[in-house]
Amino acid sequence: MSLVHVTDLTVGFGDLRAVDGLSFRLEQGAALALVGESGSGKSTVASALLGLHRGTGARVGGSVEVAGVDVQRASDDELRRLRGAKAAMVFQDPLSSLDPYYAIGDQIAEVYRVHTRVSRRAARARAVEVLDRVGIPDAVRRSRSRPHEFSGGMRQRALIAMALACEPRLLIADEPTTALDVTVQAQILDLLHTLRQETGMGLLLVTHDVGVAAGSVDDVLVMRHGRAVERGPVAAVLGAPGQAYTRELLAAVPRVDAPRTPSPAPGEVVLEAKGLRREFGRGKRAFAAVDDVSLTVRRGETLGVVGESGSGKTTLGRMLVGLLEPTAGEVRHDGHARVGVDPAVQMVFQDPVSSLNPRRSVGESIADPLRARGERDEKRIRGRVRELLERVGLEGAHYDRYPHEFSGGQRQRVGIARALAADPRVIVCDEPVSALDVTTQAQVVALLGELQRELGLALVFVAHDLAVVRQVSDRVAVMRHGRIVEQGPADEVYDSPRDPYTRQLLAAVPALDPRIAARRRAERREVAVT
Amino acid sequence: MSGFTAFALRRAVSAVLTLLALSVIIYVVFYATPGNVAQITCGPRCSPEQVHQVAQQLRLDDPLYLRYWHFLQGIVAGHDYSTGTSVEHCPAPCLGLSYQSDQQVTRIILDKLPVSLSLVVGAMVLWLLLGVGTGVLSAWRRGRFTERALTGITLAGVATPVFVIGLVLMIVVCGQLELLPFPEYVPFADDPEQWMWGLLLPWVTLALGEAAYFARLTRASMLETLAEDHIRTFRAYGVGERSIVGRHALRGALAPIIALNANDFGSAVGGAVLVESLFGLPGIGQELVHAVTVIDLPVVVGMVLVIGFFVVLANAVADVLYAVADRRVVLA
Repeated sequence: MSLVHVTDLTVGFGDLRAVDGLSFRLEQGAALALVGESGSGKSTVASALLGLHRGTGARVGGSVEVAGVDVQRASDDELRRLRGAKAAMVFQDPLSSLDPYYAIGDQIAEVYRVHTRVSRRAARARAVEVLDRVGIPDAVRRSRSRPHEFSGGMRQRALIAMALACEPRLLIADEPTTALDVTVQAQILDLLHTLRQETGMGLLLVTHDVGVAAGSVDDVLVMRHGRAVERGPVAAVLGAPGQAYTRELLAAVPRVDAPRTPSPAPGEVVLEAKGLRREFGRGKRAFAAVDDVSLTVRRGETLGVVGESGSGKTTLGRMLVGLLEPTAGEVRHDGHARVGVDPAVQMVFQDPVSSLNPRRSVGESIADPLRARGERDEKRIRGRVRELLERVGLEGAHYDRYPHEFSGGQRQRVGIARALAADPRVIVCDEPVSALDVTTQAQVVALLGELQRELGLALVFVAHDLAVVRQVSDRVAVMRHGRIVEQGPADEVYDSPRDPYTRQLLAAVPALDPRIAARRRAERREVAVT
Repeated sequence: MSGFTAFALRRAVSAVLTLLALSVIIYVVFYATPGNVAQITCGPRCSPEQVHQVAQQLRLDDPLYLRYWHFLQGIVAGHDYSTGTSVEHCPAPCLGLSYQSDQQVTRIILDKLPVSLSLVVGAMVLWLLLGVGTGVLSAWRRGRFTERALTGITLAGVATPVFVIGLVLMIVVCGQLELLPFPEYVPFADDPEQWMWGLLLPWVTLALGEAAYFARLTRASMLETLAEDHIRTFRAYGVGERSIVGRHALRGALAPIIALNANDFGSAVGGAVLVESLFGLPGIGQELVHAVTVIDLPVVVGMVLVIGFFVVLANAVADVLYAVADRRVVLA
């Protein structure tokens, strides 16, 4: 009997059919990835396996059988005994997925006691045991910490420990590494891999990242609009996709190993930073988020700034635009020292949802920089905004629409139009595509490149995703702990990295080819041993 | 725990500073307002000479900052007042003398304070039990009949004026059913049992209206917490609904409840005038209203300051409780 047997599953919320007639099996000890973009219904499927839709108003049809339990027909008690004990789930955001008010060890112990009825003491001991098992150092002491005292990677380990506590036969991991840095992501995926080998549990991995799936599972099921597009062994599906959508998806995935066609010869220096330093906090608690950073950006070129969370890349970006004053050092435009904000340097923000005012039409948002410059003629403002909207691939008639009427990618286009309104010479993009699906990501990146060529813009592209940065950048600066550890032409940095940290970053990037992924995993293990 | 102690200390210092700022504002607002204080204090039949004499006695001719300085000195070190023939000593937290009765303001307040505190502390226990209990219950039973019934009742509680509740209770419980004696304040030290019976109706009256606010806040706050991701985690691990609601959701919902309670406790010390009047309890609120009508400024200023002290104290305690409940606060 299969570990998971889903037949003709449909899940509907209101008028929306999130999952539409999906069937699949997962055998004992095997690993399957559900891959798809946002809205494909993959997380909905994961929730359905544990019957989490019960009581939420969702309409669930078809049959779901997990570890011998008919999830649709099971009583509430039977369902509770399935959850955590036979099938356990690891969620995407480990910070919000743990109760902030209780110690981590207590939370794991609570879950363990629900299913085993052992003493509090024994449950705490078990919690420490599994925390130790997932590689939390000094597990006895750390089990008394609260989630906010853990780093992102440690929190995800703690969640995995919770999942392991009752020795489930199935582990469901819903985007387990999406909120993590690339090196931490690699560690967590390696951990899942090892645990699977040792315990023989089945793994259902839900992810939007084809690279994450490639290295972690045997089989893959590509989803779109709630249906299966393609399925099969991971090497076959990713190596020789049979469906047009799968090919499209794979083509949109940025490759860390693909050289970029270089921009035409860059022009004069338009933006220069010298010895930039920025401290936060005072006295003993002061620390430098950015420390002695110097860089130049030329007309028509793209400088990629890549780093993990906390590396200071966003702080740097904000100083370049003038949103933050440096503690030391200076920013120069066209050879002049700059004070305050200059319209010639604009910014595109990460989150296209929160960086647009939801109560104002997008046209009004785009018009802001024009009005700030003193333009008063309504007719000319409207005309210019329409022009900008069309320029970024939207329609002039969208002027009076509100942000919620647009998709994520469209909203980011609005953000770009707003940045263009001030006729900038430099645009600093802070994680402009990290909130977007890969296909949308590719479109927005293409748009930025097009604008750059036509308008001779200089771009500073700040991102954590090494592959995206390679795809767009002429030169790359790698940041760590507020400093630039390596800077140079993109191909040079990526193909023959000199700094050990850059090498470590590149080794952690998930590979699309399962064989390469396996080889990298082995390499990482060797590095860890030595 | 050193981070926590430092936090508590910081909070205490800021409470003292807040009180100081409050005293300046109150002082300026009351004493700088137009109107001849000496004339009012002396009475309508006083001759201009008498008024002038009173003004001198009250030191109304001194500049305002000097009078404020004396006022502060009195609070910290006490004061000696000459009353013509003898000298009266007003010990350390001296808030001045009443214009009307020449009594020490501190003593007037200390007379009334036990009544107000008895009323408010007792009522607070009730409103917390009733309000939070009802809120948790209606969050747990969301969407069912229990919740709708409870929501209706609390809405009625919010909408009904305190004096209506109090009057009806008094007429029914004391008048018709004769279950309780008519409310009366007996000091706790004299007879704890009588103290309790005498205050029971005032407690219920004050608590019912308050409890309704707490029930609604608790319900809303619980529903918000119940929608959070970590609740989903525990559901997905088979933890029962009782433990999810009572342990995880309530803990997360406590913060706004603590905050509201601090405010309401503080303001009820001086603001429960309606309940005090209704049941004839000689508390701070009644005295304040009286002092305002006769423009007895030292009493008004002293009382407002004491009420302010309780509001600030309650909020400081709330912040520390907050930090105990959620350690992340200390870091911020």
